[in-house]
Amino acid sequence: MALPPTTIVTLSLLLLLPILSSSIVEEAFSEELLLKPLPDRKILTHFHFQTEAPISDDSFARHHHLFPKSIAQLVKKFHIKAMELSFTQGRWNYERWGGFDPISSQNAKPPGVELWAVFDVPPHQVDAYWKNLTHSLSGLFCASINFLESSSSYSAPKWASQSALGSLRYGTLPREAVCTENLTPWLKLLPCRDKAGLSALMDRPSIYRSFYHSQRLHLTTSKAPADGLDSGIILEQTLTVVLQPNIQRAGISYPDEIKIQPSWSLSSIFGRKINGRCVLAKSSNVYLQFERGLVTQLENIQKNTVAYDSNDTGTEVLRRNLCFELSITPDRVHRELEKSSSLLYEYSIKGYNDTEQFDLGLIWKYPVVWSSPHAPLYASRFLTGSGNERGSIAISLKSTELTKDFIAANNVEEKCKLQVNVLQIVPWYIKVYYHTLQILVDEKPHAVTDFVEKMGVSPSEDKVSPGLMELVLRFPCEIKSAVLNIEFDKGFLHIDEYPPDANQGFDIPSAIISFPDFHAALQFLNNSISNSPMLSKLQEKSPVLSYTEVLLVPLTTPDFSMPYNVITITCTVFALYFGSLLNVLRRRVGEEERLLKNKDANKAAILRRILDKFWGRSSESTQPQQPSSSSSSSSSSSFINPKLFLKVLLVAGIAVIWQYYLK
Amino acid sequence: MAENENVTAKKPRVRPIVRLGIFLISHSNYVSLICFVSGIVALLLLPILAKNTYVSENALMPGSANNMLSTHHVSHANKFINDLTDSDIESHKIIAHYMSALDAEVTYHKFYPQLNQFHPLHFFTSPDSGLVSKNISCSSLGINVAGIIRAPRGDGKEAIVLVTPYNPKKVGPGEALSLGIAYSVFSLLSRVTWLAKDVIWLVADSQYGEYSAVAAWLREYQAPAFHEADIVNSEICNDSNAINELGQNAYSDRKLYGGFRRAGTMAAALVIKVAEQGNHHEDSLNIYPEASNGQMPNLDLINIVNYLGVHKQGLRIKVTKMFSLLGSRWLNTLGGIFESLGQIARSLNPEWKFGISATEYVEGAATLASSLYYQGLGVPTGPHGAFRDYQVDAITLEISPKVSPTKMIRRNEFILLGGRLIEGVIRSVNNLLEKFHQSFFLYLLTSSSKFVSVGVYMIPFALLVAPLPILAASLHADASKSTPQSTSSTEVDVSHKSWKWLNAARKVLVIHLWGAIVSLLPYFLYQIPNSTPTTNFTVWGILSAFSLLILYFISASPIFEAAPSQPEKGEWASLKSVTISTAFIGLSLMSVINFATAEIGALLIVPICLLARPLKLDIRARSLRALLRATCNLVLGFIALPPVAYALTKGAFEGFYGTNVGDYWNWVESLWTWNSATYLYVGIVHLPCWALCIHILFHPC
Repeated sequence: MALPPTTIVTLSLLLLLPILSSSIVEEAFSEELLLKPLPDRKILTHFHFQTEAPISDDSFARHHHLFPKSIAQLVKKFHIKAMELSFTQGRWNYERWGGFDPISSQNAKPPGVELWAVFDVPPHQVDAYWKNLTHSLSGLFCASINFLESSSSYSAPKWASQSALGSLRYGTLPREAVCTENLTPWLKLLPCRDKAGLSALMDRPSIYRSFYHSQRLHLTTSKAPADGLDSGIILEQTLTVVLQPNIQRAGISYPDEIKIQPSWSLSSIFGRKINGRCVLAKSSNVYLQFERGLVTQLENIQKNTVAYDSNDTGTEVLRRNLCFELSITPDRVHRELEKSSSLLYEYSIKGYNDTEQFDLGLIWKYPVVWSSPHAPLYASRFLTGSGNERGSIAISLKSTELTKDFIAANNVEEKCKLQVNVLQIVPWYIKVYYHTLQILVDEKPHAVTDFVEKMGVSPSEDKVSPGLMELVLRFPCEIKSAVLNIEFDKGFLHIDEYPPDANQGFDIPSAIISFPDFHAALQFLNNSISNSPMLSKLQEKSPVLSYTEVLLVPLTTPDFSMPYNVITITCTVFALYFGSLLNVLRRRVGEEERLLKNKDANKAAILRRILDKFWGRSSESTQPQQPSSSSSSSSSSSFINPKLFLKVLLVAGIAVIWQYYLK
Repeated sequence: MAENENVTAKKPRVRPIVRLGIFLISHSNYVSLICFVSGIVALLLLPILAKNTYVSENALMPGSANNMLSTHHVSHANKFINDLTDSDIESHKIIAHYMSALDAEVTYHKFYPQLNQFHPLHFFTSPDSGLVSKNISCSSLGINVAGIIRAPRGDGKEAIVLVTPYNPKKVGPGEALSLGIAYSVFSLLSRVTWLAKDVIWLVADSQYGEYSAVAAWLREYQAPAFHEADIVNSEICNDSNAINELGQNAYSDRKLYGGFRRAGTMAAALVIKVAEQGNHHEDSLNIYPEASNGQMPNLDLINIVNYLGVHKQGLRIKVTKMFSLLGSRWLNTLGGIFESLGQIARSLNPEWKFGISATEYVEGAATLASSLYYQGLGVPTGPHGAFRDYQVDAITLEISPKVSPTKMIRRNEFILLGGRLIEGVIRSVNNLLEKFHQSFFLYLLTSSSKFVSVGVYMIPFALLVAPLPILAASLHADASKSTPQSTSSTEVDVSHKSWKWLNAARKVLVIHLWGAIVSLLPYFLYQIPNSTPTTNFTVWGILSAFSLLILYFISASPIFEAAPSQPEKGEWASLKSVTISTAFIGLSLMSVINFATAEIGALLIVPICLLARPLKLDIRARSLRALLRATCNLVLGFIALPPVAYALTKGAFEGFYGTNVGDYWNWVESLWTWNSATYLYVGIVHLPCWALCIHILFHPC
């Protein structure tokens, strides 16, 4: 069971700039699972699978040992430099689950499907490659990703990455329903599928019962340092699930009751145990993370009750202490470098098999209350206004405790600035007026130029492209709240452009708020953990990123159930219009009147004459047979009348007979 | 072909539609009579023509799931009620405390009571952010508490709102019960897995009125004024840190974000109330659907409440009805006639089933009348009206228990009943994929399970107003005929004729201008301090008469009267013709804005418009018919005077006791505070038309 010497892989922080210290020599696979208790009695489970393969010119044709061939073909065919596809259901709760750790800024995704890709092709070909890619992915993952093909559903952000200028495409489908049909093809990319190893834990009911789950597929091609050619592909598959540990919850809790964190074990949250590793994996580990706030709280409790020896890091103390108890002693413990550090318990599941299953459990003994670290500003987005005509989108940013820390840290500087990047994509039927951008800082309106450092706008084009707004904002650090407000008009769609369920409203995809000054990364002392791809991912310096809510805009919708009525009314109106128009054009009233005057000049005015005629006629109507004296045409019409009358009578008679006797 | 042309040229063919028009105009008197009478008859037939309601949207599936609300939730709700009524802590803190214990996100929303403002030009604009007087102290702040449950797997795009109004100064037993019902449902929803939409529970501080509290919260939700918020959130009112206190025990992260919280686009809203008095018969449920300007929520919302209430919970569902009509003899007789007619029809053909029993008819008519009345008033019948201003379907459900809530023994049972109903409705709305759009928005209810749709109730109105243009045209034709045979006359005569018509139009315009001035007068009267309604009303009346006189003299001055020579014989006729046309235009416009107002208005104004004829002529004629017409005119003219019409309508619908002069002022005041279009109608259409009719009655000819 000797594993081949592992290659040391260090990924770049930014998704798009793959700088590789050493090239990928051969295929490797690793599986990892991170468990983390969350402050609101839930638990985060984060599966991380990484497959890497070298690329050689013939690799397109040949079979891989571990690497999924479909993905390799995808990369080869569409010249993908980097790509990320995520399927998400539920919302990441930035407030309770945190927004300042690598997990949340890399794995918290907007609901539905999100796809971005960077292509290694000339700019004019990018769109064509993107369209083909969406179709391929759509088939591969049983999802309607092909709707991202239309140019009105994706866009090309400029400043998201300077390096990939022009070759990055980004699109989201907020309404895509995510289910097990998307998970199965995703699992098929793993060498052991869900038959062995950590992925065997993925019990579908437990996953889809969760509060949030997001499956992600991240592709990067790495370049060899020597020749700058593509040397390998790294496929990173993660599944992030937030679960409530005990399904049979004990009903409602009284407000005064002190809640103890629920105890859990792998078998209680997934209903399964780990039967051993996937034999193809280079490393398969399970990690349990206690975040900073929790560790601080635990230490405080320890200090308050017993004399706490901080030097004693014996495994027994770590496993069993006053507040909690772990069912299995960790193989290793990693502690973060900083003073307020998080703890990481590492378990290797190499030694477990069918007879000795791995079932990590955590039993809480003492109630602990802590909070997750938050992003510098808490972002939320909402719609204002009512009616079908116009409205406005407001993005509200509120400071959190982290902002205060940041000020304290940067107090030495004269003017501390907090940079916030906002990327907002708006479908074309929401006609945004970018000049109406309003910025209110601490509830006072300010000029836009006071805070906006850079602003990139590509206005939407009807039925062609969505509107894109990129903002680089610099706020003073002591900011309490900021509101960006921008107004829009609601557009009209053509009848066949309405999606099914048009009356639900239309989605505005999440805005992306990022804080480039802040990096969510964990720094661990131990160098040996760089073996683990997931931990190296956690240690990467990536900017803090958060997504806002998806918004639902009700637009005017035609009454789809009444096309017949609409057609009838329209036809009637047209017939009347054209009929009268033709009549007016064809007839010469002046000519007719002149003729009439010549013929019988002694007769009275037309109106009067007609009136008289009707007075007379109404008295005559009792005897329709009497021939009219005025003209031959009217006499001929009076000849027709009895026939008509007979016909009507006949029809009415048939109807009556039908109604009463034949039914 | 040439011959044929020759024939047509000899006698220009008039098209049938024109012939028909001319026929109708020439017989305008009979046509008006027939139309008006058939209009009234059709109106009386409406309860018979009502259809049974049905759930139109398939996705709703009311009652398809078993209720999950158990006695467990109810006992918790009971504890909550006891805490709320017994403890001496501020009640909003208790509520917030309980909400946060359910893992809900809690926010306080502070608001100032809205002052009654008359916005003469804001009738149809969207609600603005409102004016707040600056010198209000902290103690007068109202505090709404809103708890939000996020749907576990939802995307948070939509929300369902539950509203329970309560008065923190004096929590009545009924209010406490309604809070208990909402709490039991809320506690259930915080644990269920099927939730697709977020649920907001708003406990509205009703010490300044239920409506204003809900409206203030909605304004903050839908149209926040970002920079005005500092008054409310200022630290002077030190309550603002209360939100920090409550979060401490559960999660410390609560102190992070104390701002106003939102949860997506609202799909529907339910206002839950419990009546303070028991009704001694059985548990029943009152539905109040009318929002401002006669807007109604989608019928499906009423349908699911009705369906669940009747079939699941065994409640008696009621819609408000005019109780004074129930005992009226003429209606009962009418019901009897219709019933016997129906029986005759059935004996002819068993498949004709249009007859309904007399009692059913009377009930239906009473409900229909109240439906018309409250829609016509244009004033929302509960806090749900605030939601309709933002296109959210909402109704108020008032549950009245068998016994008064104060001495209720089976409180748990009652909470379970109400809670299960609310749970069912929320579950149905939660199923909804799209917003409510399938069923009717324009309807009148004749019982909780019967409705008259727009296609049917338009008929009486159309019949009522149809004579107006016909009569106007005939009068116009008569007026032009009465001038000497002018078809072949000179150009001057023609211009004179058209000028005469314009003269009448000018007069009508001046009177309508007067109507506009009269409807603006209350704005200035409102500035007078310490005035009673009666004095206000008197001053208003005097000022209106005065302004009418001024306008009359101005318009009678020689500048306008270009040819005053002698009042022409047909002058009143052309004046009447123009009056009638404006009345027709006004009524038709109003029927688009608020149908019920137009319907009631047509009933009041159309007879006098049709009958108006100078009294002098009638007296000169001295025939019985003429005298009868004169008295009819006088009576109708008196009835159509707006205050009298108001008193009569109110008397007919609500009973006469305690009516005084000041009432009319109060009524008008309520109309403009609610931005009702009825006020505009009365001021700009009804009053001028009435004045013109009176003018015609006393025309010197």
